[in-house]
Amino acid sequence: MAVLNLVQAINQALDQKMEDDSRVVIFGEDSGYEGGVFRVTAGLQKKYGEDRVFDTPIAEGAITGSAIGMAVNGLVPVAEIQFDGFVFPGMTEIVTHMARYRNRSRGQYGLPIVVRFPVGGGIRALEHHSESLEALFGQIPGLKVVMPSTPYDAKGLLISAIEDPDPVIFMEPKRIYRSGKQEVPEDMYRIPIGKAKVVKEGKDVTVVAWGPFVREVEKAAELLKSQGENIDIELIDLRTINPIDEETIINSVKKTGRFVVVQEAVKTYGPGAELIALVNEKAFLHLEAQPTRVTGFDITVPLPRGEHFHFIQPERIAAEIKKVAKF
Amino acid sequence: MLFKDFDPLKGKRLEILDAEGNVTNTKLEPKIDKETLLKMYKTMTLGRVADIRALQYQRQGRMLTYAPNMGQEAAQVGSMAALDKKDWLSPGFRDLNLMLYRGVPLKQIYLYWYGNEWGNHFEEDMRILPINIIIGSQVAHAAGLAYASKIQNKGEVALAVIGDGGTSHGEFYEGLNFAASYDAPLVVLIQNNQYAISTPRRKATKAETLAQKAVAFGAEGIQVDGNDVLAMYVAMKEAAEHARSGKGVVLVEAVTYRMGPHTTSDDPSIYRTKEEEQEWAKKDPIARFKKYLMDKGYWTEEEEAKLDEANNAFVKETFEWVEANGAATLEDVFKYTYAEMTPQLTEQYETHKKFLEESEGK
Repeated sequence: MAVLNLVQAINQALDQKMEDDSRVVIFGEDSGYEGGVFRVTAGLQKKYGEDRVFDTPIAEGAITGSAIGMAVNGLVPVAEIQFDGFVFPGMTEIVTHMARYRNRSRGQYGLPIVVRFPVGGGIRALEHHSESLEALFGQIPGLKVVMPSTPYDAKGLLISAIEDPDPVIFMEPKRIYRSGKQEVPEDMYRIPIGKAKVVKEGKDVTVVAWGPFVREVEKAAELLKSQGENIDIELIDLRTINPIDEETIINSVKKTGRFVVVQEAVKTYGPGAELIALVNEKAFLHLEAQPTRVTGFDITVPLPRGEHFHFIQPERIAAEIKKVAKF
Repeated sequence: MLFKDFDPLKGKRLEILDAEGNVTNTKLEPKIDKETLLKMYKTMTLGRVADIRALQYQRQGRMLTYAPNMGQEAAQVGSMAALDKKDWLSPGFRDLNLMLYRGVPLKQIYLYWYGNEWGNHFEEDMRILPINIIIGSQVAHAAGLAYASKIQNKGEVALAVIGDGGTSHGEFYEGLNFAASYDAPLVVLIQNNQYAISTPRRKATKAETLAQKAVAFGAEGIQVDGNDVLAMYVAMKEAAEHARSGKGVVLVEAVTYRMGPHTTSDDPSIYRTKEEEQEWAKKDPIARFKKYLMDKGYWTEEEEAKLDEANNAFVKETFEWVEANGAATLEDVFKYTYAEMTPQLTEQYETHKKFLEESEGK
């Protein structure tokens, strides 16, 4: 079995879906000839030709807007937005049209579109290159929002996303694009959208994270262990931001009675708030401590010299888990 | 050749039928069979009656917000008549006659303005995207339709329809540039009806014409008398063939006039004069087309009287059907958000359904 990083796993998923389904087209800024600024689509234009893998003008509105027309007219578009912060000029088309098309046309036009882009911080980049936008997209009816935490998940989730009959926002955590490798099966497997994964079972505290923070919670757990703390964490990888896998979370909280959610995104109105509300609505009588969140601050993502204040370190996660466990 | 002969940068505008209904350019007069000409005329007259009645129904409190097309019938019908059945339409929201000509039942369009999404569910073979309220976006959608047509060798042209106001929008430029870059078969029709709600065309852009904006995309552009159905037909025929044959994108500017308000919520007397409206009334696209048909011996006043009666009866009957069938169901408002309802939506739907049932039971 090949050992792949996240970039390679996504590339393999795209490659296999292009081979499997001639309707799949890939496009975005520098996504064709160069293979994208992160080389996620490298080699695909050479293999599948310029009609199916192509560079676009720098116009996110045209990228996301044209994807709608392509999907209506028989294609399965996989559109790439170069960076999280560049999605806003394409946001009109995603929010006002793509998400609504099925409903607007009463089921006449469902749009099997994937919009992929790198998200979050961790690469010491310029402004607009480190945004966490889960809540913005998670709030839009008609969209599904996915963020993988491992190469294995990335491949399986992306294949599901491309095969999904509805638009899927596929967020790729850029800080782990190349930081971890994993055995990834050669076959075309699928991981269902809308299902979380219990990464590690435990009885004391439920911790929900997604994307790069699954690994950060694991680091926090190791840290707690090294401090001699005996806290048995149940770690859940949300995998899909929307629709939320309520069942997995609620079952876990009913067992542990304690809940911590970790997100890099700003605190106010973030996904953590939604998950805590969910826990309060559906597991209130099982709670032994107030559900809490470890989040980014309500600030613009600082430039690299200040970003370490904003980004969450395992120490902060460990401290919060300890507090909730001992409440 | 047409695009060279009618270069908007040289102040040229294509006209075939003058305001009195006389053919001023016999060389370019299209050879359209009688049956098609009458279909065009009947669509325009039905569209006009549907507009007038919709405004009245709204005043009676029976119809919601409605955007009338009066004055723009030739720009719309002339364009649609020139397209193939397989060509796509990516409309804005003031495009009733385009849809009627293609075959969308009036009851459906009325249903949309009555406030029900089923009015936007056009049958597959209509090849019409849902009505688009965000001005400008439809050009980007059409660019995608055109690109898909091109790489799948489908031979379909995508027509995006926009107003003069919409040409200020980003996606107008982005969509045109995108399609032009790949020689995707896109045609954009600008219905320059002189006003973006209240803002006159001259305040929206310093450009002398909207058609000349084509130059920036490496596309062809032509300005047409939009109240001249024959000129519209000729321009659109040429534009569609140009795009279909892989030569590139075409921008057609129809110079026309919105005889009615922007929507039922608008009062045009605030921003335009009676004199101006009267000047444009003399250029009515239906009156001149009628004269043309009568001159050809294809139409009589007797037939006109009968048609008018039939149109009014049909529109009345249609609207009454919509009033009787226009209600939405709880299931409908949930069901089409995704291909399958998510667990969250199912729970919300079931909970609210139960709540409503229990409330009714009390």
